[in-house]
Amino acid sequence: MATTQTLTPAMERARRASQRRNLFYLALLAVGLVAPFLAYPVFLMKVLCFALFACAFNLLLGYAGLLSFGHAAFLATGGYVTGFLLSSYPALTPEMGILTGTAAAVALGAVFGVLAIRRQGIYFAMVTLALAQLMFFVFIQAPFTGGEDGLHGVPRGELFGLFDLDSNLAMYYFVFAVFLIGFAIIQRAVHSPYGQVLKAIRENEPRAVSLGYNVDAYKLLAFVLSAGLAGLAGSTKTVVFQLASLTDAHWHMSGEVILMTLLGGVGTLFGPLVGAGLVVSLQHMLAQSPLGNWVSPILGLIFVICVLSFRSGIVGEALKIVRKNFK
Amino acid sequence: MTMIFGVPVAVFMGQLMLGLINGAFYALLSLGLAVIFGLLKIVNFAHGAMYMLGAFATLLGMQYLGIGYWAALLLAPLVVGALGMVIERLLLRRIGHLDHLYGLLLTFGLALIFEGSLVNVFGVSGARYPTPEALQGGLQLGFMFLPTYRAWVLVAALVVCLGTWYVIERTRLGAYLRAGTENPALMQAFGVNVPQLITLTYGFGVALAAFAGVLAAPLYPVSPTMGSNLLIVVFAVVVIGGMGSILGAVLTGLGMGLIEGLTKVYYPEAANTVIFLVMILVLMLRPAGLFGKEA
Repeated sequence: MATTQTLTPAMERARRASQRRNLFYLALLAVGLVAPFLAYPVFLMKVLCFALFACAFNLLLGYAGLLSFGHAAFLATGGYVTGFLLSSYPALTPEMGILTGTAAAVALGAVFGVLAIRRQGIYFAMVTLALAQLMFFVFIQAPFTGGEDGLHGVPRGELFGLFDLDSNLAMYYFVFAVFLIGFAIIQRAVHSPYGQVLKAIRENEPRAVSLGYNVDAYKLLAFVLSAGLAGLAGSTKTVVFQLASLTDAHWHMSGEVILMTLLGGVGTLFGPLVGAGLVVSLQHMLAQSPLGNWVSPILGLIFVICVLSFRSGIVGEALKIVRKNFK
Repeated sequence: MTMIFGVPVAVFMGQLMLGLINGAFYALLSLGLAVIFGLLKIVNFAHGAMYMLGAFATLLGMQYLGIGYWAALLLAPLVVGALGMVIERLLLRRIGHLDHLYGLLLTFGLALIFEGSLVNVFGVSGARYPTPEALQGGLQLGFMFLPTYRAWVLVAALVVCLGTWYVIERTRLGAYLRAGTENPALMQAFGVNVPQLITLTYGFGVALAAFAGVLAAPLYPVSPTMGSNLLIVVFAVVVIGGMGSILGAVLTGLGMGLIEGLTKVYYPEAANTVIFLVMILVLMLRPAGLFGKEA
C-alpha cells in the first residue's frame, strides 16, 4: 500500500508543476477566447497566423537545430494554393481550401527537406534560402498566382458550409481553433519520444547516429511537419485577409519569422507566440507613425541587438530568471 | 548569317558575354564569401549590402566629391573595407565563440539596416553611373560587337581573382591565413596575432565585394536592393562549388554565369531560376559540392 500511495517529494513537485502548467494553459485559453472583445479581431488574427508560422519555424530551429532561411516558400505555397482554389471554385468550403493548401506545403516541404538535409549548418541555411528564391520566381511566372499583383478578393466562404466567416468574430474563433490545433501538434511532438530524439540530434548529431538513430529520417519528418504547419498558417492567413501576394514569398518574410522566433525565444514553446505578437504590433505601430518607412532597418537593428545580447529571447530570459529565483 | 542552334552568332556570343560578366561578379562575390568563411566560419549575409555600398560610394563620390571612376576603384573598396573592419571589431568579434549560425543572423540584420536605410534615402529605382570615358565604345570582332567596358570588367575581375589566389596560396601572409583556417589556436600559440588577422580578412573579403560594386556601377542601375538579390544567387553558386577552394569558387562563378547566359538564349523563362536548378542537381548527385571535400 505504502508503495503505491506515498508521493516522494520529487513526484509531489512534478505534480504541482504539471498543475501549474495546466492552469497556465487554461488562463491563456481564456485570454484567447475573450481577446476579440478587447482588441481588434483582424489584428489578433494576424498575430495568430504569424504566431503559428513562427511556432512551426521554431519546431525546426529550436528543437532540431536546423536554421531554415526559406520558410517563406511554405507560407506562400499554402496561401497561393488556398487562394487560387477558393477563388476558382466557389463551391469549395474554406476548410477544404486550407487543407489542400497545407497539403501542398507538406509536399513542397518533403522536396525541400530531402535536398536540404544533405548539407549541414551554414549550408543548410543557404540551400533553403536558394530553394525559396526559386519558388519566388516560380510564383512570379506561374499562371495561377496573379504574378506581381497577387490574388485579391479571395472569398472567405462558409466554414463546413454552415458558419459564415464574413463576420470577423466567427473568423477569429476559427483562426484561434486552427492555431490551437497547430500548437497542440507542436507541443505533442516536442514532448514525445520523437521530440527527445530531435533534441539529441540537435545537441550532438554524430552521437545520435552512433546510437543507431536514422538521423536523416528524423530531420526530414521535422522539416515536413514544420513546412506543413507554416503552410497551414499561410492558408489561414489568405482566408482571413482574402489575398495572397509575393510579399509572403519574399526572403524578407523568411527573415521576419526568424526574428519573431529569436526575439521571443528559440526552443521555448511560447517564445514564437510572444515574438510574433511583438513584431506584428511593432509593424502596426510603425506603419501609423512617421517612421513608417523605417520598418526594415528597425527590424534589422532588433536582429543585431538580439544576437549580441539577448540570445535566449524574451521567454527564454524570463524562464532563466524564474528558474533562478523560484526553485 | 551564321546560326548556332537556330540563334544568330552575334546574339549567341552577346548573351554568352553577358553571362560571363555576371559570372565574373558571382566569382568576385563568392571568392570574398569563401575567404571570410575560411577564417571566421561565418557566412557573411551583409556581403550583398557591401557590394551595394561599393556601387553607392562610387556614385555619391562622383556626385558630391567629384571623385572619378578610377579613383573610386581604389577608394570605394578601402572605405567599405574599413567599415567592414569596424563591424568585425565591434560586433562580429563578440559572437565569435558562439554557434556560427549567429554570425549569419547578425550579418542578416546588418544587411537589413544598410539596405532599408538607403531605400529610404534614395528610393528603390536605380541611378545611372556613366561609363568612364576611356572605356566607352567597343570593338567589332567580326562575329560580335564587344563593348570595351564589358571587356574591362571581365579582365579586372579575373586579375583580382587570380591576384587573391596568388596572395593566399603563394605568399607568407597567405600561408598565415591558411594556417589560421586550419587551426587558429595553434597559430596564436606561435605568436601570430590571430584577432588582427581575422579583422584584416573580413575587411579584405568585404573590400572584394565593394570592388565588384564599383565595377557594376556603370553596368547596372545603382539601387539599394541591387545586392541582396544577387547575393542569394551567389549563395547558390557557393553551395554548388563549395567554399573549400579559391579557384573552385572562381570557376564555379564563371561557369554559372555562362550557363545563365545560355539559358537566356534558348529558354529565357528559366534564366532567373537555372542556377537554383543546377544547385538542386548538384545536391542530388554530389552533395558536398563540385569542389568540396566529401564529408
